Formats: sequence, structure tokens, C-alpha cells
Amino acid sequence: MASNEKEGAPVNTRREFLVKISAAGALTITPGLFLYKVAEAKSDNELASANKRWGMLIDTARCADGCNACVEGCNKEHGLTGHGREATDAQWMRKVTVTDKSIGKTISLPIMCQHCENPPCADVCPTGASFKRKDNIVLVDKHICIGCRYCMMACPYKARSFIHEELSNQKSYSPRGKGTVESCTFCVHRVDQDKQPACVEACNESGHKAIVFGDMKDPNSELSVALKTSSSRQIRADLGLNPGVRYKNF
Amino acid sequence: MKKLHYQEIEGNSSKFFLLVGILGCIILFALGATYYMEHHGHHVTGMTNQVVWGMPHVFAIFLIICASGALNIASIGTVFGKSMYKPLARLSCLLALALLAGGLAVLVLDLGRPDRLIVAMTYYNFKSIFAWNIYLYTGFFAIVIVYIWTMMDRTVSKYYKIAGTTAFIWRLALTTGTGSIFGFLVARQAYDAAIMAPMFIVMSFSFGLAAFLLVLMFSYQWTERELGDKVVIRLKNLLGVFVAGVMYFVIAKHLTNLYATEHHAVEAFILSDGGMITKLFWIVQLGLGSILPLILLYSPKTANSRNAIISACSLILVGGIAQVYVILIGGQLFPLQLFPGMEVSSSFFDGVVNTYSPTPAEILLGLGGIALSLIIVTFAVKFLKFLPVSLADDVVDPHHS
Repeated sequence: MASNEKEGAPVNTRREFLVKISAAGALTITPGLFLYKVAEAKSDNELASANKRWGMLIDTARCADGCNACVEGCNKEHGLTGHGREATDAQWMRKVTVTDKSIGKTISLPIMCQHCENPPCADVCPTGASFKRKDNIVLVDKHICIGCRYCMMACPYKARSFIHEELSNQKSYSPRGKGTVESCTFCVHRVDQDKQPACVEACNESGHKAIVFGDMKDPNSELSVALKTSSSRQIRADLGLNPGVRYKNF
Repeated sequence: MKKLHYQEIEGNSSKFFLLVGILGCIILFALGATYYMEHHGHHVTGMTNQVVWGMPHVFAIFLIICASGALNIASIGTVFGKSMYKPLARLSCLLALALLAGGLAVLVLDLGRPDRLIVAMTYYNFKSIFAWNIYLYTGFFAIVIVYIWTMMDRTVSKYYKIAGTTAFIWRLALTTGTGSIFGFLVARQAYDAAIMAPMFIVMSFSFGLAAFLLVLMFSYQWTERELGDKVVIRLKNLLGVFVAGVMYFVIAKHLTNLYATEHHAVEAFILSDGGMITKLFWIVQLGLGSILPLILLYSPKTANSRNAIISACSLILVGGIAQVYVILIGGQLFPLQLFPGMEVSSSFFDGVVNTYSPTPAEILLGLGGIALSLIIVTFAVKFLKFLPVSLADDVVDPHHS
């Protein structure tokens, strides 16, 4: 019997050990999970959901010729300071003046990455560095961009810039790197915090309120309502890319 | 008929060392130029956010086109059974590998992040024609090396035909891939045409054969080996057909574009208002690079002159670089059409014809690619049996009397 007890003792001890270690493990991990939850605030799925499609409607009637507030807002937000070299400095957003010579009408509008549903930049990128998030924001993964610039050849909107020289004083939320390609991110870092892109804020602050940003898949969003109630157009709609940026009164 | 015999070149003459020295220097300068461009960033080149691919790409694409074309001589012997071409097959394969290596080196060294080459090898986006090309290029190296092996080693010679046929099909796919880099660009007026792929294939026939003929003639001249007229005349006659073929595709492409109103502006730019691009198109690509070589190759007065053939080949290659320049740079200088029919302007060069002036560093990098190709050939023929001891008429032609 004694020998039995002796034989059984280790079994009990092993069982107890497993129970205790499981409990200890659970106790160790759980607060970590909670902390992770608190720090992250949102899960990955919530951050970029296929149930959302971020887009913009730009009212060219409100967009003032000569006003550059959105571009300046973008440059400030992402630290696009430039080196005084127009041809090689990055421009994520630019104001374009369009004149229909036959009727003599001129309008001014901002152009940036149009966040296409079928982005040619992502199609041609050899490494997949150019990609589309679930919520249709088109981004460049700076870690795997090899700087081949094929995306710049493919983009019909001239929305991309190559970093031609060393950069300093970068924004931590908008990392950039010499030798890689970049473009408008729809201020993804702000969108993920339920904020508006910097250009939209700047335009509103200037008083023009020409840009509406929102979720195209939410039928009640300001953007969806505006798109439904007014006629808008896509730039180079003939290419069938279904851009997320639309223009009104144009 | 004499027996065909392959032998390494001696490679100890002063000419050999001079050649290696010059090529080595060019490669060193090219590496220096690369370091300069990568260290400072691409702002020290002529390339900008408007003209994103410049001179290095002109050379790289030109060399890649030449590479697939240089393999044709071997294919004609293996796939189409023309016995006169068989003695040339080893050199043809070697030149193809060397030219591809040179072209790819230039392409890689011009990347914004050449240090991330391993990323290009490990991350693939299979929808990208560039990613397909990475497979097409590496596959080309592997297949052509096996092809050479089946020629040099009798124990595997039974696979010669299948290796040659595979290489031929692969090279057609490879050049289709190169042409499609442009053919798939829907955004640009000057590209986005299915004709790009077959046009690039015919360009490769022409440029590749011109490069091959030059290498063949110079290597036989310098090593004082015999190169009979039969081989040279046969190759130069074929070359003429290819030059005419390229012209046919160029004419078909531009005439088709001229019919469509939407392409009138870009055609007007290339054909009449493009300044340097227009001059390169008419004078260098068509005049010096196509018509003059045709005259040199077929005119009774010059048709049998070695010097005329050398001149014609050189002109075809210069014309070829001009043609790639016109396609690649010309296509980028012409502004993107964001609002067709409207006049546009911006701080980002919208609506204006862009400018591009290649810097010496870019040109040096491109020349480095050519030098790398040639130095590979030079060393390979010194250490391996690529060149027949004689290509005299009675060696290559069984019916020679």
C-alpha cells in the first residue's frame, strides 16, 4: 500500500502541477490581453474593415482658385517640407487648374491619390508593397518597397512621389524613406482614430468646406448622402478604376 | 567537310588584357556612379517625379531585348534544324546570358533600394508583370545554362533538342514580358498597346543578331581564327530581314495611333514636335538605325564588305538604343491626360511637356551594363570551349566544294 501511495504520489503531483501551471498561465496572460486591448483600443478588423470604403467628395464650386489650404495642411501633417527642388520634391496633393478652352471656363481642384478600387499601382508592384487595405485605402509598405517606380509609371493620376534624397524630422505616424515611393495615405493614422484627414480639416478651417470625407458604404454617412443627392464625376472614369475621390460641379 | 572543333581562346595577348582593362575600368566607373547616385539619392540624376525611369532603364531594357535576341542564332540551329547555325549556338547562348546579366545589373543598381534585392526575390505580387519577369529572367538563366550543358557534354546531348526548344519558347515569353512592361500601362498615352509585345520580339531578333554578329566578327578577328563568308553573309542577310521587320512594326504602331483622334497629340509629339525625341526617332532610329543599315547590308557595292557589315550592326545597335529611348523617355515626357481635351496646369508639372537630361552618372551605369556583358563573354571564351577553332566555309557548310 505504502508502495502504492508512493507510486501514486507523483501522479497526483503531476496532475496538480498541470492544474496550477494552467491557472498561473491564465493569470499571467489575461491582464496582458486586457492591457493589449486598452492600448490598441480597436482590433485589426475594426481598424480596416471591408464593410467600410473611405472616400471623398470635392466640390469644385467651393474650391477657391489660389487657395492652397488643403495642400499646406497635407504637407504640414506629413512633414513634406521639400528641398526647393520642384521636379524631385514630393507632392502628395496638388492644386490643378483646369480650363475648358471651348467655353472659357476655369476651375481649380486638388488631386491626390484617388484610392481606386482597382489600383493600377498595386497591380504592377512586383513585391506587393503597394497595396489596398480592406477599407480601400491605398498605401505603400515602406519596408518592402524596392524603389522600382513601376507604380509611378502606372498611376494615371500622377499621385505618387519618389523620395529622391535623405529626409530628416519625419513624423512618427507617417514614416518615409529615401529610395521608396509614397503618396497620399488618406491620413490613415487619423482615420483609424475616427478623425478627418488633414486636408479636410484645413479646407474647413479656411472656410471653404469643399471636401466631404466619409464611408461610402454607410448609406447614412454625410459622404453617401452628398454623393446621392448631387451629380459627381471621377477623373479618368474611362479607365474603370472606380476611384474613391469624386468631384462635384465639374 | 572539316571536323568542327571548339577550343578556348589563349587570352594572353596584349589585346586581350587591353580589352579586359578597358571593360574593367568602365565597370569600376559604373560602380562609382551607382554609389554616388545611391548615396545622394536620385535627385543627382536627371530622373524626377515626372520622368521616373531614365537612362539606366534605357540601357537595361535594351540589353534585355538584345539578350533574348542573341539566343535566336542557337534556336535557328536547334529548333529549326539549320545546320550552319549549330556551330554558333554556344556563343549565342553565352552572349544571351551575358547580356541579360548586364541588363539586370543595371536595372537592380538603379532601384531606389538596391539593398532590398532579397525582398524582390521573396515577396511576390503575381499580378505584376515585373514579378513575372523575375521568374522569366531567372528561368532564362537556368534553361540556357542547361542548354549549353547539353551542347558541351555528350552524356546529356540527347536532351539538346528539348533544351533548345524550351529555351526558344522561354525567350519568346521573356521578350513578351519585357514588351508588356509598357503594354500593360493603361495610364500612359504612348504605351498601353498590345503591339508592344510582338514589336519587342522583333526588336530582339534585330538587336540581338546585330550584337551577336559584332561579337562573332571581333572575336574571330582578334584571335586570328578563320570566319568564312558563308556564315557572315547568311547572318547579315537575316539581319536585314529583321531590321525591315522592326520598321514594319514601328510603322504599324504609329499608323494605328494616327487613326485614333485620342492619340493625335502624343503622335504629334513623337513625330514632329518632340524636339530631341523627334530627332532621335527620325534621324537615329529610322535613318541611321534602320534605313542606312539596310542599304549597307543589301547594296551590291557594300553587301560583301566586312567593314560595311560591322558598320551596319553598330548602327542598328545605336538605332536600337534610340528606339528604346524614344519609347521609354518620349512616353514619359508627354504629359498624362487627366482631363482629355482640357488645358491643365499645376505645381506638379501637369499639362506640360516634361524635360529630361541624363547625367553622366546614369550613362556610366548603363555603359557599365554593356561592359559587364562583354567581360563575361571575354572570360567565358577564355576558360570554356565556346568558340569553334574555325568557322571557315568548308567547316560550316557540308556542301561546300
